[in-house]
Amino acid sequence: MAEKRQALVEAGQIERLIEVLHRRGYEVVGPTVREAAIVYDRVEKLADLPVGWTDEQEAGSYRLKRREDGALFGYVVGPQSWKKYLHPADVRLFSAQRQGETFRILSNPDPPPPGRYAFLCVRACELAAIAVQDRVLLHDRYRDPIYQGRRDGIFIVAVNCTQSAATCFCTSMGTGPRAHAGFDLALTELVGPDHHRILIEVGSEVGAEVLAELEHFEASDDVEREAEQAVGRARSQIQRRMDTTGIRDLLYSNFDHPRWDDVAQRCLACANCTMVCPTCFCTTVEEVSDVTGDHAERWRRWDSCFTQSFSYIHGGSVRSSAKSRYRQWMTHKLASWIDQFGSSGCVGCGRCITWCPVGIDITGEVGAIRGATASAGENDHGNT
Amino acid sequence: MATLPTDPMVPDPYRVGQVWKETSDTFTLALEPADGAACSGFSPGQFSMLYVFGVGELPISISGDPEDPGRLIYTVRSVGQATHALVSRKPGEMVGVRGPFGGCWPLAEARGKDVVLVAGGLGLAPLRPAIYQVLRHREDYGRLIVLYGGRSPRDLLYRKELAAWARQPDTQVLSTVDYGGLSWRGHVGVVTSLFRYVRLQPARTVAMLCGPEIMMRFVTRELESCGVQAPDIYLSMERNMKCAVGFCGHCQYGPYFICKDGPVFPYSKVRSLLEKHEI
Ligand SMILES: Cc1cc2nc3c(=O)[nH]c(=O)nc-3n(C[C@H](O)[C@H](O)[C@H](O)COP(=O)(O)OP(=O)(O)OC[C@H]3O[C@@H](n4cnc5c(N)ncnc54)[C@H](O)[C@@H]3O)c2cc1C
Ligand code: SF4
Ligand code: SF4
Ligand code: FES
Repeated sequence: MAEKRQALVEAGQIERLIEVLHRRGYEVVGPTVREAAIVYDRVEKLADLPVGWTDEQEAGSYRLKRREDGALFGYVVGPQSWKKYLHPADVRLFSAQRQGETFRILSNPDPPPPGRYAFLCVRACELAAIAVQDRVLLHDRYRDPIYQGRRDGIFIVAVNCTQSAATCFCTSMGTGPRAHAGFDLALTELVGPDHHRILIEVGSEVGAEVLAELEHFEASDDVEREAEQAVGRARSQIQRRMDTTGIRDLLYSNFDHPRWDDVAQRCLACANCTMVCPTCFCTTVEEVSDVTGDHAERWRRWDSCFTQSFSYIHGGSVRSSAKSRYRQWMTHKLASWIDQFGSSGCVGCGRCITWCPVGIDITGEVGAIRGATASAGENDHGNT
Repeated sequence: MATLPTDPMVPDPYRVGQVWKETSDTFTLALEPADGAACSGFSPGQFSMLYVFGVGELPISISGDPEDPGRLIYTVRSVGQATHALVSRKPGEMVGVRGPFGGCWPLAEARGKDVVLVAGGLGLAPLRPAIYQVLRHREDYGRLIVLYGGRSPRDLLYRKELAAWARQPDTQVLSTVDYGGLSWRGHVGVVTSLFRYVRLQPARTVAMLCGPEIMMRFVTRELESCGVQAPDIYLSMERNMKCAVGFCGHCQYGPYFICKDGPVFPYSKVRSLLEKHEI
């Protein structure tokens, strides 16, 4: 049963948290270090987390560094997002078997994982991104059963950011750095000279049950204040800004702005930004046949509005220039998304800025179109 | 309305019934549910996703009579791999069908009014169900005017039907071609040139357009200069489509998804988009 809304645990209890989640049948996935980046993967034990690591991010650059302390969550978001699990890059929609003149459709979409997922270390901006994809794939006219099969019953452990990256701008998008809703548990890590503790906030009944299985203490007012300060530190570190005032009309009315030509000079149309973006949902479908030609499968794969083929109709692509494709992406994220789904399609996670090989910065592009130098990103585009 | 399958991406099995050759590259196929299942109904203007085993899936408008239950009719022009595979299906072979998808022509709004249908090329296919509907409920509508433009006489679809429709009361059917040839005694020129042969009563006209975008732009201009108001003009838009249910993102057109917000739009909603290149 629900007990206190907040409790304090020693950092070592995260080991126990992982154990409890496993015992409850969850497949625990969270941040781990792989090939010089923090990516999401299975987490079996505390040591699988990037303990003592941090990341340094800038437009077009990402670097892992050792920390002085042994913080468990002392970094922010990496190149992957939770859409890796909820809306995977490749899924089978169905398969079909030839039978003489006809064929039979076997409705066997990729099954969801045997256990439900427990996501460990979901940042505030990522909670917002999951809500955005829920809106697109679950709460629109049609419901995507594949997304739903993976999404239903997941356990979310959010982590409030206590430091931010130079590319973060969640404060402009109203999504972070603190998690307010959409989690089962939310952690704030407190690292002091003589303590390493975690304040846990309960967001659901299951969350309360899980917390009850940890060795926990009442959180004093002092601890709560320390947690507030820690999150405040992340908030005040955030330098990037995007002025979203009237942004929908700003972009709609600047379809012919010369800045689109300018960005087209830099943009490689490599599609990295769409692959790393936690809200981008576009897909294509591919037919895969075996050598006999008797068995065919329909695979759905991530696609990107930056490819030439994305807008192909007989006779040519509608958006054949890089300019029109960058404009489509950014206008969709920040303007048409509002018309389509009632919110911005950007949560301010900064991934597209970090992972752009030429460092194109969405905040800088908005700033340039607005004609203001309101953004920190404004000056440092185009460098690698 | 048809009930939606639990997985909107999995097709239902249909069998090819009759096949009609319309032109050298265009065929009409009738599809019937395999295994005796009920045939999904549809409204004029809607489309389906048709799946060919081992090849792929593509959006095709329904071109048959909405009140002919038991089968779905499509008119397909072979322009590439998937359409070629589709028109090559023989009677008895199977095709997967998802849908119907999208909104429909404003036949309810057009009641009591003159219906002006303007088609370019294959654009006549999605308008044919509307013609059937108007003719079947003739007394509900005013005049029916069909203006149709094709490349050459040999490219015109449904030629026998065009002649039969023209003989119906209060119905005017005019066709024109870009290149006539010696035996063609009809009109030559773009479809807008046909407007000089019709007398529109703009206040009581609802116009429905389907064809290449450039053609629709010229026709909307023509209609407006005749006094037809933008909200009384409807067009059917086309974009790449991979899902038809709002998931794949390919069909986006400004703020709209053509698969679920269209394909039929009132001109007043898309007018500013039509002027934008590469949107
Ligand atoms: C709402 C709607 C209704 C349509 N109705 C009809 C119809 O009634 N009859 C008909 O013959 N055609 C119709 N089309 C066009 C038809 O879908 C394309 O001609 C077909 O997809 C081309 O596929 P292909 O592989 O033969 O050609 P290719 O040119 O080889 O195309 C390769 C791929 O590009 C995409 N593509 C190419 N052209 C189009 C296109 N125009 N629209 C969407 N995707 C495209 C498809 O994914 C296709 O598989 C319609 C399109 C839409 C969007
Ligand atoms: S954008 Fe905000 S919530 Fe997301 S990682 Fe950065 S600081 Fe945390
Ligand atoms: S557009 Fe960029 S900053 Fe915004 S959510 Fe996507 S990746 Fe993050
Ligand atoms: S066709 Fe996939 S979103 Fe419209």
